[in-house]
Amino acid sequence: MNGLSLAFSEAFSLLAGFDHRVAEIVLLSLQVSGLAVLFGTLIGLPLGACLGVGRFPGRQVLVVLLNGCMGLPSVVVGVVVYLILSRSGPLGEFGLLYSATAMVIAQTFLVVPLMAAIARQVVEDAWRDYEEELTAMRFRWFDSVRVLLHDCRHSLMVAVLAGLGRAMSEVGAVMIVGGNIDRSTRVMTTAIALETSKGDLPLAIALGTVLLGVILLLNAVAYVLRQWATRRYA
Amino acid sequence: MFPLRVSDLRWHAAGRAVLDGLSLELGGEGITILLGPNGAGKSVFLRTLCGLLEPDAGHIDWGGAARPEFGVAMVFQQPKMLRDSLLGNVELALRPLKVPAAERQARARAVLERVGLLHRARDSARSLSGGERQRLALARAWVTRPRLLLLDEPTASLDPSSVEAIERIVREIRTEGTRILMTTHNLGQATRLADDVVFIDAGRVCEHAPVQRFFARPASPAARLYIQGELPWRMAF
Amino acid sequence: MANGVLKFLTSAVFSVTAMVSAAQAGESIVLASTTSTEQSGLFNFILPIFEKSSGIAVKVVALGTGQALDVGKRGDADVLLVHDRAAEDKFVAEGYGVERKDVMYNDFVLVGPAADAAGVKGAKDTADAFGRIAKKGSNWVSRGDRSGTHAAELRFWGSAGVDVKGQGWYKEAGAGMGPTLNMAAGMGAYTLADRGTWASFKNRQDLTIVYAGDPKLYNPYGVMLVNPARHPHVKKAAGEKFIAWITSPDGRRAISAYKIGNEQLFYPLSR
Ligand SMILES: Nc1ncnc2c1ncn2[C@@H]1O[C@H](COP(=O)(O)OP(=O)(O)OP(=O)(O)O)[C@@H](O)[C@H]1O
Ligand SMILES: [Mg+2]
Repeated sequence: MNGLSLAFSEAFSLLAGFDHRVAEIVLLSLQVSGLAVLFGTLIGLPLGACLGVGRFPGRQVLVVLLNGCMGLPSVVVGVVVYLILSRSGPLGEFGLLYSATAMVIAQTFLVVPLMAAIARQVVEDAWRDYEEELTAMRFRWFDSVRVLLHDCRHSLMVAVLAGLGRAMSEVGAVMIVGGNIDRSTRVMTTAIALETSKGDLPLAIALGTVLLGVILLLNAVAYVLRQWATRRYA
Repeated sequence: MFPLRVSDLRWHAAGRAVLDGLSLELGGEGITILLGPNGAGKSVFLRTLCGLLEPDAGHIDWGGAARPEFGVAMVFQQPKMLRDSLLGNVELALRPLKVPAAERQARARAVLERVGLLHRARDSARSLSGGERQRLALARAWVTRPRLLLLDEPTASLDPSSVEAIERIVREIRTEGTRILMTTHNLGQATRLADDVVFIDAGRVCEHAPVQRFFARPASPAARLYIQGELPWRMAF
Repeated sequence: MANGVLKFLTSAVFSVTAMVSAAQAGESIVLASTTSTEQSGLFNFILPIFEKSSGIAVKVVALGTGQALDVGKRGDADVLLVHDRAAEDKFVAEGYGVERKDVMYNDFVLVGPAADAAGVKGAKDTADAFGRIAKKGSNWVSRGDRSGTHAAELRFWGSAGVDVKGQGWYKEAGAGMGPTLNMAAGMGAYTLADRGTWASFKNRQDLTIVYAGDPKLYNPYGVMLVNPARHPHVKKAAGEKFIAWITSPDGRRAISAYKIGNEQLFYPLSR
């Protein structure tokens, strides 16, 4: 049997037929991962930038810790967030487990270290370039962080894309805290895991192809934006 | 801030004295040019003046007052520009001074006009040529209306007309009452711009004299050698 | 610019909150159940019927029976539908659940390569079938995930007098029914599966049913409400409504009506 070609033809018919269910799942994936990356951007990038600019005791330890956290298995993050959000956990009273909100929270934890680590590297390199100028102009370090975040915005797009890639493709965390509930918390990766475990490999690959397509599309948009921006600001 | 008294400044790097008892007194007017061979410690001295380096020993007295928070601006030998428009780069310098946003743009446009770059205000700063970039760097320093302006070889590797443009701007800044301390290896430029010359060698001041006397009768042997070494080049200019 | 960013942010957050709350507009309960039930497709068939008549949405979280019971213990589900009688009784006895009720049963099937090297097809009962596999040392893939199926499998090994610990032919997948079947198919190994998952499983390759039909292989499912006395947020009324429905004639009819091909997968248990 030629499983692969079967899978791809199924992927195309899935795309061409615009299956309503698949569209819903794709939309939820985008919303959950998009929000997580949004929070990752708001938290991770400034955090990384502060680490790139600031000079304080314990900074190196933090940097190593952050770089290590980039490889944190998503299942571990999922279990930790599960225990926090569980009814018997510290935030149990909010009843957030098995909701889209829980998935956003888990993925935020997942992408913040990654985005912060990339931002730290980018901003630290820029800081080496600008340190004397900014210090001579009497910028306080916090204001320098703001200036550098703005100045590195095009390179920081890489951090955002990396975060998005990680969030969209992880399955461990959303599976545990979302529960893969049909029509409620089922996203592309958990749907793929489910179809795989049902032995429906063609459908799994078809969904995987859709996921890849979505990620590629986002990257293409980002690439075009970045091209435009570099032309604008040399 | 003036008279600025620098006494017995010492700074070591890699086990070597870079500033080795440097002393100097500067009054509140004019253009002072720092001369000295490569590696004499001129750039390091300017860095200590604008607070980027903490000297190991010695003292700087800012006219009897504490070191002023603002009022000292520096143009580096290789100025770094943000990935932003010319206007954005000039306005940047006003941010630490807490100048209101509305006023910032007006002031930035005014100095851009005076350095002849207003027509490119919206262009990317990274697209400028070396000479234009130096003018932008001067504008960025000028816009803060400093009392003391430190210029580190602002005309190195510029063509003659760019050099002239920079010199015109420097003179203009000075007429507005800004004290200027500048390094250069262009002796012609020194004679054209300087009121007085400070000659530094091996991290200490060898000579501090009015410009005519310095070039006519250099007192220290080191200064004499330095000028002689440069002489053929100066005649060709 | 900061203003624009702020506006964008608030609108983004609002739109997702709106979307999420729209999805949860009506009343809903969380049902912790087993992967085997979910993957058989039963819920997709019967739950819309219940939702239509009651207006209560049932959100199914599919786990192994052991995990599902843990989730219930922590109070993260309202209702449990699982299949491990001993563990269920313990769950209720310890006060985590309210009254267990019979719902339905399906049966386990022994699945293996068509060639059947261990000769399981000729076995006289379940214990004999398991004994033959152990004697031949044919590859076996176990769920190994504390699920109801895993618990049943261990019981069968026990009744066959086989100690599987440390046996080279005994592989623990630590996974749900589907992945375990995928593994067995890939290795040409034997495994124990519930009929529901097997019937809807697509990647069979060389696997086939080698033994089935022994009453010992019956697999009863029970339903229970998580104890509201222990977890006050449990949706008692809605949960009880669901339990009442799934054990009612309507519920029984719905369960019987679910078929793959022409095969009925679950049989309702009358009280
Ligand atoms: N951060 C540093 N670490 C080590 N050595 C340094 C440092 N900064 C400057 N130096 C050394 O101090 C000496 C003086 O440097 P400085 O840049 O002041 O020279 P300069 O007088 O400006 O020379 P030039 O005319 O070439 O610009 C040089 O030998 C340089 O290598
Ligand atoms: Mg120098």
